[in-house]
Amino acid sequence: MAFVELNGLRKEFGEVKAVNGVDLSIEEGEFIVILGPSGCGKTTLMRMIAGLEKPTGGNIVINNEDVTRLPPRAREIAMVFQSYALYPHMSIFDNISFPLRARKEPRQEIEEKVEWAAGILGIERLLERRPRQLSGGERQRVALARALVKEPAVMLLDEPLSNLDAKLRASARDELQRFQRSLGITTIFVTHDQIEAMGLGDRIAVMNAGKVRQIGTPQEIYDDPADTFVATFLGSPPMNLLDHQRYYVGFRPENFLPAQVLSNGAPVKTFPFRVGRIENLGSDRLLYGTIADEEEDRTVSKLPSTVEVSIEPGEAYEFVVRDDNLRYFDKGTGLRMPPQAT
Amino acid sequence: MTETVEEAVAPDLVAYPAPETPRGRYLADHEGLMGTLFLAPAVLYIVLLVGIPFFLAIAFSVTDVTVGNTSMDFVGLDNFRRVVTTPQFRRALLNTFFFAVVTQIIVIILANILALIMTRDFPGKWLARFAIILPWATPISLGTIGWLWILDSKFSPIDWVLQQIGLLGPDTLLGPGRHLLYLGREELAMGSVILVHVWRILPLATVILMAGLTSVPQDLLDQAEVDGASFSRIHFQVVLPLILPIMSIALLFGLIFTFSDMVVAFVLTRGGPVYYTQVLPLWAWFKGIDGGSLSEGAAIALFIFPVLLAVAILILRSARRSEVA
Repeated sequence: MAFVELNGLRKEFGEVKAVNGVDLSIEEGEFIVILGPSGCGKTTLMRMIAGLEKPTGGNIVINNEDVTRLPPRAREIAMVFQSYALYPHMSIFDNISFPLRARKEPRQEIEEKVEWAAGILGIERLLERRPRQLSGGERQRVALARALVKEPAVMLLDEPLSNLDAKLRASARDELQRFQRSLGITTIFVTHDQIEAMGLGDRIAVMNAGKVRQIGTPQEIYDDPADTFVATFLGSPPMNLLDHQRYYVGFRPENFLPAQVLSNGAPVKTFPFRVGRIENLGSDRLLYGTIADEEEDRTVSKLPSTVEVSIEPGEAYEFVVRDDNLRYFDKGTGLRMPPQAT
Repeated sequence: MTETVEEAVAPDLVAYPAPETPRGRYLADHEGLMGTLFLAPAVLYIVLLVGIPFFLAIAFSVTDVTVGNTSMDFVGLDNFRRVVTTPQFRRALLNTFFFAVVTQIIVIILANILALIMTRDFPGKWLARFAIILPWATPISLGTIGWLWILDSKFSPIDWVLQQIGLLGPDTLLGPGRHLLYLGREELAMGSVILVHVWRILPLATVILMAGLTSVPQDLLDQAEVDGASFSRIHFQVVLPLILPIMSIALLFGLIFTFSDMVVAFVLTRGGPVYYTQVLPLWAWFKGIDGGSLSEGAAIALFIFPVLLAVAILILRSARRSEVA
């Protein structure tokens, strides 16, 4: 029995099926990321786990207890919202201690726990301040400390990094992961950002249109996408999909290379690639072009700067993909197929 | 159009005509003039209907002017001295405070409850909203006359209901008489005046608090719920502090409306029985207009001014302070 179990979870708002039958098992201490585009139902899913939304169907089990009908305060969960939702009229100390005061813990214990949580996140000197006096990064730590102080069985994080600037986000990611590993709290992290998902998750659940499309380690999700949605949602630029009579052939831009670069004798497929436009990103070159009789520049190749082959726009080149880097998808369902002979 | 073409063809040769004198400028382009024009009605309104009467009242209060003798002879603070020494004045001053404060306490409590109910969804909500706003839409005097009938000494429907359910009449809880005589007994008359004030102010306070409640971010309420707070903890520790600035605005308006109101007491009790429900504005009216002693009336009315000023300053300051949060 997994630590957190979602069984056939559904939520309908009138006609809209926000979450349409989600099954998910999460192990104790695991860091799982729910990844999906806006409107895919990931936030609704998290709000149901928190108890803020009543499911239309299915059930939620946390730590061997069916909590589907329990209010949030009867569940051992903590949640960090995207906005951090700090109480603006309270000091940082009062913010962090709020869940403990709600549980009517003795004063002495509250002070010790707040000190402990503030210590872990390095915000001891901010305790007397008000939320409005803090920077975005500091507010995020306060929100985490408030979640931590409850010593929850499950911690829910709803896009907690998206309000930080790009630089801070990288260090916050690193910190969040180390902190989760050292405390071993089961964590469910919702995001639409694939870099966060790839970097943080032990496992990723990719959601679209109210359903989980694939669950797996970041590597599995990236290398072996279960369908065309997962294939094109992850990766930047996304996987190339070539229309091939009965199926799609997919390959990642970084596996689509000039013929002379791959010369170790591995079996390859060769494509005539007409380059239309080149973007030089410094560390990589992105080549946008066409294969065979495609109409737009829809196929992309990503060449690391270490590949020093000269490429000119408007010219055609021989490009290759190793056979084991090709993925095949059914045209009707979009699902993965075994390798096809071409 | 042609000018741009010429310029494009030979930018060096064709000189642009010098801008003409702004004969074509519209009136609306004169920001200074338009500003003055737009402000004028408000300024005129304040000067004519607030400023002049206010200074006239100050002038009256230090002279011996009456309705019959409009020559204004300066008498210093005599009017104030004469007014303050009467027992009616002390009673009216106390009553004014008592009515205003008790009314506001009741209004704030009821308005909080009503606003909480009205921000939820329930069947028939539009009807409830309509009923809540109705007292505010009714002219005070008409509404109060309605209450006058409800509280009538002989035909009060409240008495009738009490009699039917066996609470009023011989050998019952509320005594042997068949009527409570709401407006004829000191405590009941004061209670009646407060009741009507509450009825009148409640819609405004409710609407203001509803606006306040909807301004509290949903995230904060969700967070408090996840943090394990009970309903009352969420309400008293999260919601109330956040809507305090808005609530103090409701309080400010309510206090000022009740402090300066003479209609309710006038219609219901005329300050009676004896002068038990007398309030300063009503007494100023009795003295100054009814009794013709304009100077004494003005002096009484001016006693309310510092109170209102202090209330306004205090509440506005506390509203600003809690905004800092």
